[in-house]
Amino acid sequence: MGSNMAEAHPVGFQWVVEAKNRGARVVHVDPRFTRTSALADMHVPIRAGSDIALLGGVVNYILEHDKAFLDYVVCYTNASCVIREEYADAEDQDGIFRGYHAETGTYDSSSWRYEKEDQADLEPSLESREHAAGDRYGSCGPNIDAEGIVRDPTLQHPRCVYQILRRHYGRYTPEMVERTCGIPRTQFLQLCEWWTGASGRERTSAVVYAVGWTQHTVGAQYIRTATIIQLLLGNIGRPGGGIMAMRGHASIQGSTDIPTLYNLLPGYLPMPTEITGKDLRTYLGSIKSEKHKGFWYLADTYMVSFLKEYWGAAATPENDFCFDYLPRINWDHGTYQTVMDIIDGKVFGYFLLGQNPAVGSAHGRLQRLGMANLDWLVVRDLAMIESATFWKDSPEVATGEIVTEKCRTEVFFFPAAAHTEKEGTFTQTQRMLQWRERAVGPRGDQRSDLWFFYHLGRLAKQRLAGSTDERDLPIRDLAWDYQVVGDDPQAADVLRHISGQDLTTGRLLDGYLDLKADGSTACGCWIYSGVYAGGVNQAARRKPRFEQDDYALEWGWVWPYNRRILYNRASADPEGRPWSERKACVWWDEERGQWTGYDVPDFEKTKPPSYRPGSDTLGPAALAGDDPFVMQADGKGWLFAPAGMADGPLPTHYEPHESPVANPLYAQQVNPTTKVYGRRDNPSNPSPPEAHVDVFPFVLTAARLTEHHTAGGMSRTLPYLSELQPGLTVEVSPELARLRELEHLGWAHVVTSRAAVEARVIVTDRMKPLRVQGRVVHQIWLPYHWGAAGLTTGDVVNDLFGVALDPNVLIQESKAATCDIQPGRRPQGAALLEYLADYRTRAEITPATGTQTATAPGFPHIHHVEGR
Amino acid sequence: MRFAPHSFSGPVDDLAGQAGHADHPPRVGFFTDTSVCIGCKACEVACKEWNDVPADGFNLLGMSMDNTGMLGADTWRHVAFIEQPRRLGHQDAGLADLPVGPSSTSYASAIVADQMRQTERGGAELGTSAWAPEPSGAGAPPDEQGAARMDFRWLMMSDVCKHCTHAGCLDVCPTGALFRTEFGTVVVQQDICNGCGYCVSGCPFGVIDRREHDGRAQKCTLCYDRLRDGLEPACAKACPTDSIQFGQLDELHTRARARVEQLHEAGVPEARLYGDDPDDGVGGMSAFFLLLDEPPVYGLPNDPVVPTRDLGRMWRVAGVAAAALVTAAVSAFVEARPR
Repeated sequence: MGSNMAEAHPVGFQWVVEAKNRGARVVHVDPRFTRTSALADMHVPIRAGSDIALLGGVVNYILEHDKAFLDYVVCYTNASCVIREEYADAEDQDGIFRGYHAETGTYDSSSWRYEKEDQADLEPSLESREHAAGDRYGSCGPNIDAEGIVRDPTLQHPRCVYQILRRHYGRYTPEMVERTCGIPRTQFLQLCEWWTGASGRERTSAVVYAVGWTQHTVGAQYIRTATIIQLLLGNIGRPGGGIMAMRGHASIQGSTDIPTLYNLLPGYLPMPTEITGKDLRTYLGSIKSEKHKGFWYLADTYMVSFLKEYWGAAATPENDFCFDYLPRINWDHGTYQTVMDIIDGKVFGYFLLGQNPAVGSAHGRLQRLGMANLDWLVVRDLAMIESATFWKDSPEVATGEIVTEKCRTEVFFFPAAAHTEKEGTFTQTQRMLQWRERAVGPRGDQRSDLWFFYHLGRLAKQRLAGSTDERDLPIRDLAWDYQVVGDDPQAADVLRHISGQDLTTGRLLDGYLDLKADGSTACGCWIYSGVYAGGVNQAARRKPRFEQDDYALEWGWVWPYNRRILYNRASADPEGRPWSERKACVWWDEERGQWTGYDVPDFEKTKPPSYRPGSDTLGPAALAGDDPFVMQADGKGWLFAPAGMADGPLPTHYEPHESPVANPLYAQQVNPTTKVYGRRDNPSNPSPPEAHVDVFPFVLTAARLTEHHTAGGMSRTLPYLSELQPGLTVEVSPELARLRELEHLGWAHVVTSRAAVEARVIVTDRMKPLRVQGRVVHQIWLPYHWGAAGLTTGDVVNDLFGVALDPNVLIQESKAATCDIQPGRRPQGAALLEYLADYRTRAEITPATGTQTATAPGFPHIHHVEGR
Repeated sequence: MRFAPHSFSGPVDDLAGQAGHADHPPRVGFFTDTSVCIGCKACEVACKEWNDVPADGFNLLGMSMDNTGMLGADTWRHVAFIEQPRRLGHQDAGLADLPVGPSSTSYASAIVADQMRQTERGGAELGTSAWAPEPSGAGAPPDEQGAARMDFRWLMMSDVCKHCTHAGCLDVCPTGALFRTEFGTVVVQQDICNGCGYCVSGCPFGVIDRREHDGRAQKCTLCYDRLRDGLEPACAKACPTDSIQFGQLDELHTRARARVEQLHEAGVPEARLYGDDPDDGVGGMSAFFLLLDEPPVYGLPNDPVVPTRDLGRMWRVAGVAAAALVTAAVSAFVEARPR
């Protein structure tokens, strides 16, 4: 679901084909019948943006038909935990949970907590006082106090998670799924039967998703719903189970592990905020509580070792290991807010590396207008992409909004080395690091990003060497001690630094359990610790799979500790025996007194299943012998999130920010915590309960083609790829073609309140209309690869989308919007602006449109409009 | 070098041997299993990259996802995409109970067929159109009236030179530019080809073609250079799902038959092999296929026949006729002898 794996990840799809040949059933849920569907046993068409309704329906089916793997659920999840009496569900308040503040559009999550034996009064939670973004948590999860949680293992307590789930999803019936998603009831039931039938002791099922799930205003909750299903069915921590995120590029996983995100430090340590960053102690206190279970309790060792890696000798216990050198977050610094800040004159310089926002980011027009308002822009890429040439060839030049001669932005273009021209690691979705060698040296001025940043840092340090200005110290004191051959920094040495070493002996570390909080170890990213264990580049291991077993532990290296299946303690029952021989992975060896198996056990090696922590134990020692979810503060898989989600403890169906229909489940139309930007340059199409929804009556979604790569910089420049998909097309069903008189291979243009995009029409049976709430809903799809540069050019599809974000991770909703489509080409030049203005007038669109995030009764209905 | 007796048709036990290769490796080929093709076109790209085949134009054909069109001088691998309002085995295409009207496949394919005829492809069009437009309603825009579409399937197939046992291109080549390799494959030697083009009409599949501006014949070499270095051909190497399998032909035949059986058991009775029969019109192919529909649906001839198959018989007939003529002439003289 939310993934077109055969087209976007064809190499990984070989394993799906292999599984299918061995008898696995493949179901593809997607608005379109794609190349993935062509090989699936069943294609389930769905209205874009309605996945939680479908998945909630599956939860309902599991609970109503007693299909849950109860032995697993009772022991390994928080199903038995009792939630505080103050908690009020979305079902009780027409789509809004308790704790909502309409003024800020945020939740105070304190009422979602577990009930405790020594219950304290409700206190507003920390995150509610500031900007309520789940991204603040890193991966350490919210900090909850795990001691004394009230449980009911019989699952009968009316306030236990299991019963709350039953009530929350009680109305997500097959009929409701049909009305909401457009999926016929019989097909939905078939899906449920297959999914639950292939789960349990003997069998497991896996879920694959990609940006079709994440790029929604409620995207994080899509994945949470899948988590609930997979936990209920016992499909987590077991071979053949799991929830697999297909990443958008090679090593996007790596770029979240060692992030290029403003809110995270390496290893999912959160970036300090104004509040948590008071000092190191306060910061660590925000990650782990005094009574914390699990491995995040050791966060002080991770953090101090990280600071030692950055600042080396300068980092001492006396100066908090240079903790103050880290920036503090005081605001949303996500990519979209930054672009708006550029437009508003608050940001003057911009680095673009391997990114082409003029084409690849939602609301491309906003991106280009932003870049045209910079002092300077650095673009490092393989080819001269649109983000480097927007000042002379963007659509805004044609409309007269950017005048080339007057555009003030100074663009510095640096040719980048390709992956074949440099060595390093890729980290893929399974958390596996694979080393690759340099095949050929980079030509001309092309250089790797490593080269660029190493020398940029070196030169900056040189300039600031004598400075005593406080703001220069973080750069001046950087250790920056990477091995250099010629002028080439060595990627292997960087990996060695990431893996970590003992500073007293110089020994390379075996893993994160070797880390110390006293400054005697340095480690660039604690979860990667051990990738250079024993002085061996573990990521470069390439023992063929024919020479080892199915787990292939000697191919590459998987974080953490080369564990192939995360939380694999759950593959054994509470007593430590595999749930079944077929699905054995790791188990307790009583004789030797240790965990063993095919995989590296994701559990303390000698902790027996019968171990029960004393009341004064902390951290890993506080985990019982049957607490498989060792990173969670309570050791359990979370069906219900008692903290940590910005938009509710349970996933709830909300309509996309732009939808042609009213939410059939609640008066609350959209995610009430959606980050909206009510600005003149970011108009929204109206959605119920607003008027004029019929101006943009169709559902719009966009995605990739196999033949091209994202924004096209790596494919529209190559003749062999460009000839395979030489132009922008728009796919419509025969039914929509009839309705709008669209001809196969003729021109049409798709219109939203932001843009009109022209494309050649593909009329195909692969697109099909759906019946939603008794009316026919048509969906339109375009690939988004084209722009003004390259061998084949075309309109920028991302111009059609606006900016409305998921509150947890600030991802834009670019997989579901509304639009119109008309035959023929769009107006050109300045006439285009008039054409769009006319659409906005007809739909009565103002900056306030779409910004009223709360629509449920009983809450103030406020438009979140920015000052104009 | 020894010369074996040449045959123009039927099975050949030792193809490379017959061509004069004494100690030769076993015959190799491709088994292309279209039931697992995902249409990624990695084969097309890998082929062009390895063999330095030029790009041949940015033409949006609208033939489903196919913008390549057909095999030719500059296309040695071609992935065909076929959209059909039919069911594939037990697959549920998710159309039941949807508010749908009639299928648009025949409408779209008629438009595409028109376009294709107008496109300058510079190649033979012998049976390589991936579209077999259905006569009913062809060309007319889909209307509201027809029956609602109930089923759908999307077939994909990577086509390539068949490296026939009896290769028409090779048999008619007057210069010896085309030759049979020690692997049993058929390769053009660029430095010998004089561009006469006989091979183009000699191929029953429309595979071989002359390159524009150059005139010399071009086609798949089954990566002869890679084979000699012990590597598999570029397309097979690049294929992520093993739809294109390279190997010894005997082994591939065994594997293919097992796969057909597996598919039959899985409820796909239409699975069948194409090009594996040494008794067919070309004596069997080194590149053979598992198809899910009739060959013409994929642009393949139903019953390909090498044009030179009848050469021996024709010569025999001509010989008999000539002998008869000679006999008649001689007897005329004998009979006409003056008494």
